[in-house]
Amino acid sequence: MSSLRMPAPDQAVLARRAEIIAALRAILPSANVIDAQNEMKVYESDAFTAYRQMPMVVALPETTEQVARILRYCSDQKIRVVPRGAGTGLSGGALPLADGITLGLSKLNRVLEIDFNNRAVRVQPGVTNLAITKAVEHAGFYYAPDPSSQIACTIGGNVAENSGGVHCLKYGVTTNNLLGLEVVTLDGEIITLGGKYLDSEPYDLMGLMAGSEGLLGVVTEVTVRILQKPAIARAVLLGFSDNESAGACVSRIIAEGIIPGGLEMMDRPAIHAVEAFVKAGYPLDVEALLIVELDGPSVEVDELLERVLPLARACGAVYERTSSSEAERIKFWAGRKNAFPAIGRLSPDYLCMDGTIPRRALPQVLKRMRELGEHYGLGVANVFHAGDGNLHPLIMYDADKPGELDRAEKFGADILKLCVAVGGVLTGEHGVGIEKRDLMPEMFSEDDLKQQQRVKCAFDPEALLNPGKVFPHLHRCAELGRVHVHRGETRFPDLPRF
Amino acid sequence: MTTFRPANEHELGDCLTHALADKQTLDVRGRGTKRGLGRDMQTDHVLDMSGFSGITLYEPEELILQARAGTPLAEIETALTAHKQELAFEPCDLGPLLRGVAGEGSVGGMFACNLSGPRRIKAGAARDHFLGVTAYSGRAEMFKAGGRVVKNVTGYDLCKLLANSYGTLCVMTDVTVKVLPAAEKTRTVLVFGLDDTAGVAVLTKALASAHEISAAAHLPADVAGRSSVSHVRNAGTSVTAIRVEGPARSVAHRCEALRKLLGAGEELHSQNSKVFWCELRDVHPFVDDPRAVWRISVAPQAGPAVGVALKGLGDVSVFYDWGGGLLWAAMLPGVSPLDIRAEVTAVGGGHAMLVRGDSELRKTIPVFEPQKPALAGLTRRIKDAFDPQRILNPGRLAPDS
Repeated sequence: MSSLRMPAPDQAVLARRAEIIAALRAILPSANVIDAQNEMKVYESDAFTAYRQMPMVVALPETTEQVARILRYCSDQKIRVVPRGAGTGLSGGALPLADGITLGLSKLNRVLEIDFNNRAVRVQPGVTNLAITKAVEHAGFYYAPDPSSQIACTIGGNVAENSGGVHCLKYGVTTNNLLGLEVVTLDGEIITLGGKYLDSEPYDLMGLMAGSEGLLGVVTEVTVRILQKPAIARAVLLGFSDNESAGACVSRIIAEGIIPGGLEMMDRPAIHAVEAFVKAGYPLDVEALLIVELDGPSVEVDELLERVLPLARACGAVYERTSSSEAERIKFWAGRKNAFPAIGRLSPDYLCMDGTIPRRALPQVLKRMRELGEHYGLGVANVFHAGDGNLHPLIMYDADKPGELDRAEKFGADILKLCVAVGGVLTGEHGVGIEKRDLMPEMFSEDDLKQQQRVKCAFDPEALLNPGKVFPHLHRCAELGRVHVHRGETRFPDLPRF
Repeated sequence: MTTFRPANEHELGDCLTHALADKQTLDVRGRGTKRGLGRDMQTDHVLDMSGFSGITLYEPEELILQARAGTPLAEIETALTAHKQELAFEPCDLGPLLRGVAGEGSVGGMFACNLSGPRRIKAGAARDHFLGVTAYSGRAEMFKAGGRVVKNVTGYDLCKLLANSYGTLCVMTDVTVKVLPAAEKTRTVLVFGLDDTAGVAVLTKALASAHEISAAAHLPADVAGRSSVSHVRNAGTSVTAIRVEGPARSVAHRCEALRKLLGAGEELHSQNSKVFWCELRDVHPFVDDPRAVWRISVAPQAGPAVGVALKGLGDVSVFYDWGGGLLWAAMLPGVSPLDIRAEVTAVGGGHAMLVRGDSELRKTIPVFEPQKPALAGLTRRIKDAFDPQRILNPGRLAPDS
């Protein structure tokens, strides 16, 4: 482990391990309770692999009722729980606790209902993101949010992280595509939020659950809206000789009133890494590459292309290529979608960062990032959801070289602080987890964080559900609940009254 | 009763601190146009936030606008129009429906009531465009949540909680909203003479096409007759309407395809199309109607069953938006909310809200959909997390809220 600290294991709970395993086996089929060290190994981290921890035990429920019984048991016995989907999260949100039960939702993997007329699909949380689209594409529908890990990541994890993807500028992230949730709270209550209808009576707890990183409840059913696939999509590759021009081009497209289906940018190191890996046909003599995807009726796509290409030329594009077939469009995307593994080939390890910045700050941020890379002696490649300002710097390091992980983490922290300093945020779509937990005070004051934790207290007063994630300091709910009145000397001074 | 109209954070904080210390309750208002929404409540004082006004940051190319919470929505819309942008969720102006005037509401009030119009089905609700907030809780503490970029998952999404909280959790001082380019052209395809079920079936067919429908509504004959758009008013029968927006050539192409698909007759072009959807957005057909008005959200396919059942409860008029999933219903105040909500439950769930009713009615019946015990418990604990002494809009959502 490097610098991050997790809550100290409760020795009294660890001493009761055998009893806890027996209690879980009374709720679940024996094979669904995993306690052998070699079998628990695959659960020791998620895709944020810099940190690993063996869980006390892994429980794999198959029904909502089993989830409810396990959580009620944990609540009664004061045992910590870490919910887990497919373990593809990039911020350590599913990192186990030594004294915690890792609650894997992978066996809740059925598509429950497809309702084309209401344009809704109801699934269990362990269904993969891509499987939803696969289940409806024969009728021309799809599920819009498409994180790069969509072949493996589950919809339950998508809800927990409020996942995005390359098409979310136009079609929204997970929260914008949710219709309903079934949630089990720590006291074992099964709560239904929403359904196949829009909006809710106060309060919008479904909106709160999305992106709550497994700290508020365990999602056991998800209803999403599905959309009809656009008639056609075409992608354009645009190369620029500097990052400033590419950034300016993105702003010009949006200022022109065009919201492309996808609007991605890669810097030179990323372009070269990707091209060497997948041969997507990217130009190698440019500093920045944009992928602009336009979708809709073909007449609309043609019209928008006629407007985008001159804009790009006016912004100094030195390379342009428009996909002439669906196969070519997919090839353009294959490069971008394989950016992470492509970097993985170049470097034994890498950290994937996830800040969002106002787009106009891009040249400044990329320049500073290069300087920081030189300072830390580490390489960095950038892929960027340019339309919405979501930056993914990939910091390359070698964990076997003493001190490199530490340097990479410091480099990453500097990048995220920079994102906040230019008016951005710590995470656009990967979540805080443990990775960005200790940076939260960069963005939020103590009072901001206390207010968020009071919301946590409303769901989980004993801090048993995924503790140690998101918040740098754990406050006791009793302390947070107290009302402090700091009355000044004057009573309503100088207030205009009518 | 005193009306406090703080001019800045210092005065607001002071006001809340004293309210907290003296256990004084506050009626929290932006510009006061939506006082008639929610349960009728009795408070010790009024907190008027109209002094917090003005756009503080507008970056069209970043798709964001920041404003003080009491800023008139009209001011924001004027600024956006100048840059050919808009609030994509088409916030409705309920001023006239609530027996007030049009165009007076605030951006804070818009979020507090999560007001969205016909484009909700395509673009999302107000809550989906609510990026960041600064507010004072009922603990008299200032906090912020969210950010000023369009994509952000740092910390809990408290904006979602505050949207649709009717001022019961905190007093917003500043909000950040996602803005989008306005569509270049708008056209509406009309189909005439269908009953409610057939009308919604046509909407479903259109929404299941690849033509990117941005609004879909069905008006039975009695409601269509109240439109100011002559094609609709003079139809003499029901009107089913489907809106298409975008670049000119694309709109023309999609309208033609839709007319073929649906066997449709007429089209409304630019200005007529705009007026028609503004009227629906603002529930214009029921503005001059003396009856109480309910808003009901159900699965789109279930809309007609609920509408027909409601009409069986007496003198009831209904029209459908959101592809059939949103019902606006005018009915006599005597209709039992239990009967209305039983119809919603019968079709698999949703929620029914009394939007317009006199204060006596809003005092005596549950204005918002009542919650089951476990959910109601959570709702209560959320309120405690923000406003433990119940000083902000107490009783606006439910008697003990």
